[in-house]
Amino acid sequence: MSTAASTAPEVKKNYLNDHTGIWSWIYTLDHKRIGIMYLVSLFTFFFIAGLIALTMRYELMHAGASGLLTPKQYNVAFTLHGAMMVFLFIVPGIPATLGNFLLPLMIGAKDVAFPRMNLLSYYIYIVGAIMALVALLNPIDTGWTFYTPYSIQTGQGVVLMTAAAFVLGFSSILTGLNFIVTIHKLRAPGMHWMRLPLFVWATYATAGIQVLATPVVGINLLLLIMERTMGIGIFDPKLGGDPVLFQHLFWFYSHPVVYIMILPAFGIIGEIIPVFSRKPIFGYKAVVIASFSLALLGFFVWAHHMFVSGISDFSAATFSIITFGVAIPTAVKVFNWVSTMYRGSIRLDTPMLYAISFIFIFMVAGTTGIYLATLGVDVFYHDTYFVVAHFHYTMQGGAVIGLIAGLHFWFPKMSGKMYNEHIAKIGFVLVFIGFNLTFIPQFVLGMHGMPRRYFDYPPEFESLHFVSTIGAFMNGLGYAMAIFNLALTGLFGKVKAPRNPYDSLSLEWQTDSPPIHDNFETTPIITEWTYGYGTPVRDGTHH
Amino acid sequence: MTHKAETMDPQGPPHVHHMDATTAYGAAKLGMWLFLATEILLFGGLFCAFALFRWTYLEEFHQASKHLNVWMGATNTVVLLISSYFAALAVDAAQHGNNKKIVTYLSITMLCAVGFLVIKYFEYSSKYHHGLSPLNVEFNSPEFNAAYKCFFGLYYCMTALHGLHVIFGMAILGWVISKARKNRFSERYYTPVEVGALYWHLVDLIWIYLFPLLYLVG
Repeated sequence: MSTAASTAPEVKKNYLNDHTGIWSWIYTLDHKRIGIMYLVSLFTFFFIAGLIALTMRYELMHAGASGLLTPKQYNVAFTLHGAMMVFLFIVPGIPATLGNFLLPLMIGAKDVAFPRMNLLSYYIYIVGAIMALVALLNPIDTGWTFYTPYSIQTGQGVVLMTAAAFVLGFSSILTGLNFIVTIHKLRAPGMHWMRLPLFVWATYATAGIQVLATPVVGINLLLLIMERTMGIGIFDPKLGGDPVLFQHLFWFYSHPVVYIMILPAFGIIGEIIPVFSRKPIFGYKAVVIASFSLALLGFFVWAHHMFVSGISDFSAATFSIITFGVAIPTAVKVFNWVSTMYRGSIRLDTPMLYAISFIFIFMVAGTTGIYLATLGVDVFYHDTYFVVAHFHYTMQGGAVIGLIAGLHFWFPKMSGKMYNEHIAKIGFVLVFIGFNLTFIPQFVLGMHGMPRRYFDYPPEFESLHFVSTIGAFMNGLGYAMAIFNLALTGLFGKVKAPRNPYDSLSLEWQTDSPPIHDNFETTPIITEWTYGYGTPVRDGTHH
Repeated sequence: MTHKAETMDPQGPPHVHHMDATTAYGAAKLGMWLFLATEILLFGGLFCAFALFRWTYLEEFHQASKHLNVWMGATNTVVLLISSYFAALAVDAAQHGNNKKIVTYLSITMLCAVGFLVIKYFEYSSKYHHGLSPLNVEFNSPEFNAAYKCFFGLYYCMTALHGLHVIFGMAILGWVISKARKNRFSERYYTPVEVGALYWHLVDLIWIYLFPLLYLVG
């Protein structure tokens, strides 16, 4: 023992301080560090795409041009907002960040199955992100869906932007493949399938979609690039092609992809609610089955995006009915969460506040989804603000709030610090009120026929647009407070987190905060279910 | 102690800190099978497009297909089947720890792959000389039959993407050969041979579907 070590209190080794310097991050194979790297990268793009959204809302605050954006720039703005939010933030979203960090911890493994491939998928993501940023030099105005034939005719940026989305797809596939193999092969002794945490199940279902759906959009975007560069006549009706084929192949991926975004968020909610209700999750098996039903059904509803694209009445009706079916597993999940809370001893910490708001918001999202699945109603609502509001209720109110809930919940484990609860709660209030204030008026606007993607509107829509813009800025401020609170306390905070600040029974809380490089001192042996709250467990005490 | 034994064994599985050798073998195989599933879906999009346009332009696709050289396509099918046979023999050799045979068999597979690409090159160049490729000026003129354009557009996309897979597969097999030359494999460790051969079989399998679709059914 050196004298320095005996005088200063010994600093325990963990994944953050066992190697130092920038190269120890760039070359790292540690799933926890890769998760953190994804987190920083993803939130950079969330910040940029969020600012673009606020620019658009500012433009729409009053009828008539504000002078901030030209109509052409407005088209570029909604394209960039959508493309960046979807491809750079919310698709990699929860799996790449919290999934990477937590999956091996939750199943008692030392790492994911293929750590090198994990790092590779991160760098593929970075390459795709750089390509998307270079594509900004020649901005595109197609919307994030790149619909043909317009995407064949408009600016040259389309080729690079779609190539970027293709590359990002590889990153997503490799992450999903890695997770499936990890869950199959690296569960600790005693971690039977029916003992897996719900977040692991959700990540597993998500990974299945990542692996099976992503290649299809890959080939679709590749064909679009070939069409543009070689004029092969697949999509352009002028050359004998079929633009609806593009939509089919696009939505064959892009509908399941919303389940890539939302299923892991369901998983996070399923972890938070039992801990803060001190009750076992209600209907564990039903929740697991619901996750897989959603993943499966998600593959057979894609044409509900195309009810007005000229598909046959028969296929429209078929896809409409299957889409209604999605409501069943979704409702199963909601009922199970609420039943878990019923007569529990509920603690309203920040993660739980986000989780409860998630249930409320997702119910609105699901219910309005039923409207849109109805054929006659959809003809009216198609391409209106109603669709925009529905989409943001699922994606922002669902996936993003789920991610933020999870970040607060696992922050002590990831950083080894505690965040400032007061600022976090103020941030939550601003996010929740701001979000609803933004999008409830948009439902109403859509019902009155306000079309999406329009630069200007008649004066009678002005008051609702005004309220929506106020809400958007409040929402943005809320996210900024929540994220800066976490970032600053993570970097400079003084309050150390204990191993298990919430008395959770889940495996990731039974190791150090932050965990050591190999996650556990010795391979854990699992002897019971993860959710045994309120029952005598382990040492006989009640949890 | 086991750790030492593993690193001392030049033909044993490579030591990784997070799983044992049996798990690593199973993980690699499962990973490759999942990757093959993504490949099938990647080509699946093209098969969908082909089905749609063959239904739209039935007669024209039939005519356009006659411009393809069935004998060259059939030869390539046989060449790839032979290559797959030797890839399978290489796995068998690997399971018996015979590095010499792995090198021999996989070299034959590689030769077949080169042969496939050479034949493909002659097919492509003959199409170019008949003005049937997107590089030809007449192909891009408005007078060029739209259905022909569609057929040859799909033909090039499908066969070129398959060709890229052939080249990628050769890179994998080349890497496996270089390891076998260093006597790296044994009964205890042959994962790269098996996984590489799996990939190669998929490359072969996709061609088995491309050949009748493009050359025969059309």
